Amino acid sequence: MTRFHEYLSEHFETIFRWFTILCAGTVLLIMAGMFINLAWNARLAIGEFGLGFLWSDAWDPALNEYGAFSSIYGTLVSTLIAMAIAVPMSVVIALFLVELAHPTVSKVVGSAIELLAAIPSIIYGMWGLFVFAPIMAETVQPFLQETLGLEKVPGLGRLFTGAPMGIGMLTAGLILALMILPFISAVMRDVFAMVPPVVKESAYGMGSTTWEVTHKVTLRYGIQGIIGACFLGLGRALGETMAVTFVIGNAHRISPSLYDAGNSIASTLANEFAEASEPIYLHSLIYLGLVLLVMTFFIQLAAQWWVARLKKSMGAGL
Amino acid sequence: MSDVKLPLYGEMADPTPKISVRGLDFFYGDHQALFSNDIDIAPNRVTAVIGPSGCGKSTHLRVYNRIFELYREQRVKGAVLLNGENIFAPTVKLLDLRRRVGMIFQKPTPFPMSVFENVAYGIRLHYAVSKSELDGRVEEALKGAALWEEVRDLLNRPGTALSGGQQQRLCIARAIAVEPEVLLMDEPTSAIDPIATAKIEELVEGLKGKYTIVIVTHNMQQAARISDFTAFFFKGYIIEFGATKQIFTNPHNKKTEEYITGRFG
Repeated sequence: MTRFHEYLSEHFETIFRWFTILCAGTVLLIMAGMFINLAWNARLAIGEFGLGFLWSDAWDPALNEYGAFSSIYGTLVSTLIAMAIAVPMSVVIALFLVELAHPTVSKVVGSAIELLAAIPSIIYGMWGLFVFAPIMAETVQPFLQETLGLEKVPGLGRLFTGAPMGIGMLTAGLILALMILPFISAVMRDVFAMVPPVVKESAYGMGSTTWEVTHKVTLRYGIQGIIGACFLGLGRALGETMAVTFVIGNAHRISPSLYDAGNSIASTLANEFAEASEPIYLHSLIYLGLVLLVMTFFIQLAAQWWVARLKKSMGAGL
Repeated sequence: MSDVKLPLYGEMADPTPKISVRGLDFFYGDHQALFSNDIDIAPNRVTAVIGPSGCGKSTHLRVYNRIFELYREQRVKGAVLLNGENIFAPTVKLLDLRRRVGMIFQKPTPFPMSVFENVAYGIRLHYAVSKSELDGRVEEALKGAALWEEVRDLLNRPGTALSGGQQQRLCIARAIAVEPEVLLMDEPTSAIDPIATAKIEELVEGLKGKYTIVIVTHNMQQAARISDFTAFFFKGYIIEFGATKQIFTNPHNKKTEEYITGRFG
């Protein structure tokens, strides 16, 4: 045995410990590095517009006036639509797979969901533009206008005004929902599967129906995992770029109608990076990226805080 | 009274059994786990079910509230009469059967909610009660499970924050809150410490005035201490059933004797 081998075996524990610290530390370093780098490369825009960037809806490359508000608005609205559709559907799908479906059905549908998650986002984007958007324009949007439009539902009907063009905020939200659905339902399925059978049995043993066991015990038991799954989907939806860029319409506009074209932070970045000739333009785009990073960061923090609070109040198991 | 009409436990208890099992076979898919089990459960008595691991004790117990039906590959043949009515008859409402036949499991299974909500859970399922009546019933159930004094100030704490023994008594409180007739206990003390076990044994003694109790246990001292009747299971058959005293002092069957004297199991 060489001296090196000897040294290695003698100090293996210490070396291994430092190795793990190094690996874990890298994560923190990358995180800090990103913040610093983005902030540095956005310094011109930060200096010029300050925090007012966040609520200014100007976006005029000719006058070098930039504001993030329309992009932030579009990001939030498209994500909200996506979450409002994907979360309830995922809960139902996951419950079906775990509680109700025949094991074979559960396996087949489960694999299909995992495959859905593996489809690259560019495919969703192209499909969205060439297949889904025409369907939206010809069928879904006119239908919504007829049933929920301004004449039928005052106020809320404003969401469905305007020309049914197929692309726009609503289509982007729906495509996003489709994209995050497999992620959320796959994680939720695992969460529900982890609820100990004996806990469910004792709920059934009290004379509960499947529905009662599900919403009073299983859902509560897995609440932390469920919230985790939701935030995983939320994080994806906030940052999703390709598919959204294809169908959102890419206009710096804030409109009450979901049929109108809009943009999101990610889609703005994807579209305009190549055009950013002026330094202030480029710095504004990077500033926009920094805003997205900070947004996701705080959302994750909020999620963790929420889960910790729930754990304290319910003593949930997961 | 003629011999034919006498329940299987003889003359030592009420002549009308709470539960009568006749010719019960049980299958996990193709594997048969119980073979023509016959037994009578005396009302307001404790019946212990003993036997080596894997002999079908829990399987047998899980027929009484039809909880096995949650698993599609499990099925039974034979009859189980509760108050003379076959629990598999189409007229029997499954959810009501499970209210009438409560179950306590090996590990405490508090639901992920507060102590109060745990006990209120079943009451809300089966009865429409006012808030004040609910409070009263929860208190009563917790007193019935000898837990009230310990948790009266912790009602809003999560059920999982209690100690193991307290959690198990919480589960008993939850079960008795819906006014069952029978309590099935599947090795209820195997996951908790000796002092908490003693408390639960004491509780079982007290509960049998109101409820009929069937307890599966691998602890023979426990069976001897708390039960009135004992059934000895072996490889899916009920080898011997009779008064606990007789089973433990003068077993008729060689296998029973070997088991209770600790020669196997």
